[in-house]
Amino acid sequence: MSADTANEPLLGVSALKRYFPIRNVFGRRINWLKALDDVSFEVRRGEVLGVVGESGCGKSTLGKTLMGIHSPMAGEINFDGREIGALIADQRRAIAKDLQYVYQDPGASLDPRWKIRRSLHEPLVVHTDLDRAERDHRVSEILEAVGLPVGHLDLYPHELSGGQQRRVGLARILTLQPKLVILDEPTSGLDVSVQATILQLFRDLQASFNLTYLFISHDLSVVQMMCDRVIVMYLGKIVEAGETDAVFENPRHPYTRSLLAAIPRIAGKRFTEDFWLEGEPPDPGNLPSGCRFRTRCPMAEARCAAEVPELRSLDGRQQAACHFA
Amino acid sequence: MPSPDLLTVSDLEVGFATENGTAKVLDRVNLRIGQGQVVGLVGESGCGKTTLARAILGVLPMPAAHIGGGRIVFHGEDLLQQDPDTVNRLIRGRKITFIPQDPYGSFNPLFSVGDQIMQLMKWNSPLLEESGDKRSAWPALFQPYPRARYRADREKVLEVLRQVQLPQPEQALKKLPHEFSGGQRQRLMIAMALLSDPDLIIADEPTTALDVTIQAQILRLLRQLVKDRGISVLFTTHDLGTAYEICDSITVMYAGQEMESASTEAFFGRPSHRYTNRLLESLPSPDRDIQGIGGDVPSLVDPPGGCRFHPRCDYATEECRQARPDTETLDDDHWVRCHHPKRDASAEPHFAGQDNVG
Repeated sequence: MSADTANEPLLGVSALKRYFPIRNVFGRRINWLKALDDVSFEVRRGEVLGVVGESGCGKSTLGKTLMGIHSPMAGEINFDGREIGALIADQRRAIAKDLQYVYQDPGASLDPRWKIRRSLHEPLVVHTDLDRAERDHRVSEILEAVGLPVGHLDLYPHELSGGQQRRVGLARILTLQPKLVILDEPTSGLDVSVQATILQLFRDLQASFNLTYLFISHDLSVVQMMCDRVIVMYLGKIVEAGETDAVFENPRHPYTRSLLAAIPRIAGKRFTEDFWLEGEPPDPGNLPSGCRFRTRCPMAEARCAAEVPELRSLDGRQQAACHFA
Repeated sequence: MPSPDLLTVSDLEVGFATENGTAKVLDRVNLRIGQGQVVGLVGESGCGKTTLARAILGVLPMPAAHIGGGRIVFHGEDLLQQDPDTVNRLIRGRKITFIPQDPYGSFNPLFSVGDQIMQLMKWNSPLLEESGDKRSAWPALFQPYPRARYRADREKVLEVLRQVQLPQPEQALKKLPHEFSGGQRQRLMIAMALLSDPDLIIADEPTTALDVTIQAQILRLLRQLVKDRGISVLFTTHDLGTAYEICDSITVMYAGQEMESASTEAFFGRPSHRYTNRLLESLPSPDRDIQGIGGDVPSLVDPPGGCRFHPRCDYATEECRQARPDTETLDDDHWVRCHHPKRDASAEPHFAGQDNVG
């Protein structure tokens, strides 16, 4: 890496759009579901960027579009100095090594009939020219990093506990030494004691392998703990972005404020006393005009229905898409 | 809190037959729910909280489940000793109702919500006794629903739907379950649990499937409704934050044994059991390093002897391996089952310093 690329963001996304057609019974498109609408942000080298929002806000579509599982309808994705939005499958394989995706349960992606050794060797066989000895060396190194004994290489997935399978799944991704790892809801459905060990593992691995994470989650307290910067999404748009401390201490968008007020927190005021947000998100296939949050927003005025608020910088640390921020 | 007991569970033992032998899912569990109290039952997956909730409701999967002993006393009578038919007719679904975790799976997708709610009201309406309608041996579907009572019941249904803040209740009754969002379906479930004027509602992780802002709305609504009516709630959850929001007192379970029980303030302010402390240390926090609990949840077929937490506990001694600790009362309504509880806890309040953000 030369000196001038070191300061460049690892991933730059600008005006990314991904719509899904809504079809009637005759297969004719009657509307668009705007899962990602004009989304722009960047991920800096070595940071953890959190993407939060409730179900249907487009956070998983974002991860999948970056991975090329969905192709973008418009906009650019610049990864490590290269435009990757419109690559065909063959060209895509070349960058797959550097850009990896962790599903909710990485353990479930292990082949039940393969020993752990074979599962861990496979990505290296596909993506690198290392010979057997070098691969063995790399695999045992990674295995140690995720906290598993080398003896586990000769076991089958069913012989491991759920937590260990998860570790193997992570090891499998890390053998390639990716530059950016997209973690999609990595701890949802876990008990807190297991979640704690997994989060700690993510932190340790980030430090020892110099990883960059895009951390997609609906759990704000986990995001607050893990991320340097955070993006808040609502119905396909970024409503607020900024450094984690700034966003959590001084949320500027009313949606972020309600989201933070809704986290069940031990100690302090119970939200059962004063939670103010009413209503539910509108139908994503039939969005309100102007600001998408206005139907639930206590501050909404005529201007909100007429103009779409742009994401604008408030101070050096924070951006929000609200007319009143 | 000197509220009279509504329900007490004492020394309840439940086993499940598995391929490898009997899994002892509840091991002499005790629980008490006071009149008008919201009691949280917290613990990690597999700790037996759902089994306990189901045992109280009397809907354990028989014959796989086997009740080995103990008592479930509701309004002074042991539900396990009473004639099952009487319990079915007068208590289950009438005086004890249920809010499930998954409101979608609990509706029949082919019938309108109104049909299903009225079906429930047919034999569980509070007006049933006055009206003198008798339930016959025929399946409910083939029995007539007397018109006068139907109209009165329907009014009651609409009133409750308004109380759970469901928009346009008249139209809502004609809709099919898939036409509602998750939050609205959970509102319908809460309404159904309230219809028969119950004394106790068993809510099994009712907000786990919902987004946080919807969860906040539902919890606020539920707490308000049960407090207004003086209904007791047994609220099972794995989320300690949710338990803090809604519960008056909390009981924590681990691997089929109850470990500690206290008022919500004491539970979070002065946790005594070693397991409770480790659990609270596992919660994500921006200010400190978090630690999980090492090791795995034990097998319930062959559980560790003595205190079931001892293989993962830093303070375990020979005593813990041999004998299950008795309950030790620390304070009013605060007891713990541990040989070596954390006693100086009040000197270093655990979570008092953590600010509420937002």
